Amino acid sequence: MSNVIEKSHAELAAAFNKDEPRVDWHDETLWWVRAKRDIAAHKLPEWELLRETASQIKNNVLSNLSEYLELFEANAIKNGVVVHWAADAAEHNRIIHQLLQERGINRMVKSKSMLTEECHLNEYLKDQGVDVIDSDLGERIVQLAGEPPSHIVLPCIHKKKEEIGDIFHEHLGSAKGESDPKILTETARQHLREVFLTRRAALTGVNFAVAETGEFVICTNEGNADMGAHLAEIHIASMGIEKIIPARKHLGVFLRLLTRSATGQPITTYSSHFKKPQQGREVHIVIVDNGRSLQLGREDFRNSLKCIRCGACMNTCPVYRKSGGHSYHTAIAGPIGSILAPNLDMKKYADLPFASTLCGSCSNVCPVKIDIHDQLYKWRQVIVKEGYSPTAKTIAMQAMAFTLSSPALYRSGGKIARLTFKYAPFAVNNQLNPWYKHREMPKAPQESFGEWYSKRKEGKN
Amino acid sequence: MSREKILAAVKANQFDHAELPDLEILNSLTASEGALVQQYMAIASAGGSFVYEVANFEAIKTILHKEFKPGVKIISGIKELDDYTFAGNVTDELAHSFADVELTILRSYLGVAENGALWLTETQMNVRVLPFISQHLAVVISKDNLVSTMSQAYAKIGHTDYGYGAFIAGPSKTADIEQSLVIGAHGPRSLSVFILT
Repeated sequence: MSNVIEKSHAELAAAFNKDEPRVDWHDETLWWVRAKRDIAAHKLPEWELLRETASQIKNNVLSNLSEYLELFEANAIKNGVVVHWAADAAEHNRIIHQLLQERGINRMVKSKSMLTEECHLNEYLKDQGVDVIDSDLGERIVQLAGEPPSHIVLPCIHKKKEEIGDIFHEHLGSAKGESDPKILTETARQHLREVFLTRRAALTGVNFAVAETGEFVICTNEGNADMGAHLAEIHIASMGIEKIIPARKHLGVFLRLLTRSATGQPITTYSSHFKKPQQGREVHIVIVDNGRSLQLGREDFRNSLKCIRCGACMNTCPVYRKSGGHSYHTAIAGPIGSILAPNLDMKKYADLPFASTLCGSCSNVCPVKIDIHDQLYKWRQVIVKEGYSPTAKTIAMQAMAFTLSSPALYRSGGKIARLTFKYAPFAVNNQLNPWYKHREMPKAPQESFGEWYSKRKEGKN
Repeated sequence: MSREKILAAVKANQFDHAELPDLEILNSLTASEGALVQQYMAIASAGGSFVYEVANFEAIKTILHKEFKPGVKIISGIKELDDYTFAGNVTDELAHSFADVELTILRSYLGVAENGALWLTETQMNVRVLPFISQHLAVVISKDNLVSTMSQAYAKIGHTDYGYGAFIAGPSKTADIEQSLVIGAHGPRSLSVFILT
């Protein structure tokens, strides 16, 4: 995994863009989801007040997070839940492996958890000899394909049904050439039912953790989190420290926003509130930091911790829709992923804040009003200042700064550029210059504004 | 220990106190005495549920007898619907033993008109896995138990204690394959809602 040479967003996007009809299809599918979000949002006259309220609740959470975490822990323990703390991904993975090992369990069923993607839990457990099966249909598909999810809500949005049919034929024994979503879903239902009934351990994510009561809420449409958790002896729930909300009544704000923003549904089919373990069973919560407390300390970027993982910013993003989730080479793709990832590794993810047009659509649809595009812009400045920007960009910026600092250089530079465009366009319009990909430059004018202005002045005199 | 390390790091980095917003305005904006049954029926049907307005339990029995042939395993958590295995009598059985249940019938005392969701706690479920593992699910609710939005729903739930509770808003579904909606992912293939008027 780590020995693979990392490609930049631009390179990965270029690979995705080779198949133009597929890019169009990907673009249109996500825009359709975005349009459904608009319809759902516009049905509520109080929508903007809801967003503002959610944002303010999260503000309160982030300003009192340590107190809320302690309160949540105390209440969860009172409820009979075991609470673990993990400073980073490695510790999170070790804790889960140990829980399984102590019980002699080597097979686990897992519902959707982006945190475990962030921690690369599946790969870690595989190396320890533990078999993990993802139970969300989309996640199961990409797992069988040997790929990470490309979208946090729609994990296999990049896959065509024919490709899924091939994967199911190979792994689950569906008929060759079968690509009817109904039949493929039924195939997965039968396969996963067997898994639910035979796994002693279930891992789930957490959508919201309520400090006041110590309960946590999981939202799914498929019912896979519940099937896994209710049938297993041990239910392990992994959550980032930012999943806390103060009180139960605040769920009434967030559950109204989450799915309307994500898919345009008024609510997910299941919003499950786990408070106490079932008789004779165990519930464990692993609370994970993994860089979040650091992000909390970055004043310009702490708002990113308000994210409730609805994916609306991805569906609306013109760059995401046309470059695909995998081009972001991180667990959480799209605009929100691009402001979260540099906090974890500024060098590795230096390209992501540049994978945006800064159009601001992400900020406009965000249900908790994160200033995503402003943060993308701010990350660019931090990354350049810290010396992590891509070499070509750094050289170009330095040349630009040098030229702009001298009026004489600026004037002669402009003249040379105009002559080049006119007489030697091949010198700039070639494969070495990414600006010319899918782009034609405008015709260069005969003279600059400066030249025209001074001529005009002379003529007047 | 990581706990202390994390809490100390969070405490050091959390910013000045920000007040919690007042939820009263939102709640008052969304409170409605209006046509909750009609709104519920329209939205739950759009979400894939079969919704019936019924006068009494006899009417429910008639519909269930028509929809489910005798011989299939049916569990009822409702005393009035006593033709079936009573859920209260099977709570000690292993959760896995419900894998072959065709229909589970449960009671809800809180329904939400804006999204078709029904609130059930472990008390009404009897066994947590029942409303998920059944091939089909039916829920009975009185029309007086409907509220307009989730704000009113949580006001009703208040500080009730429960081990587990869930809002259920339709049959289990997925759209993971090319965004085409398929009913019957891992949970029930249908949800029938009976509103007692």
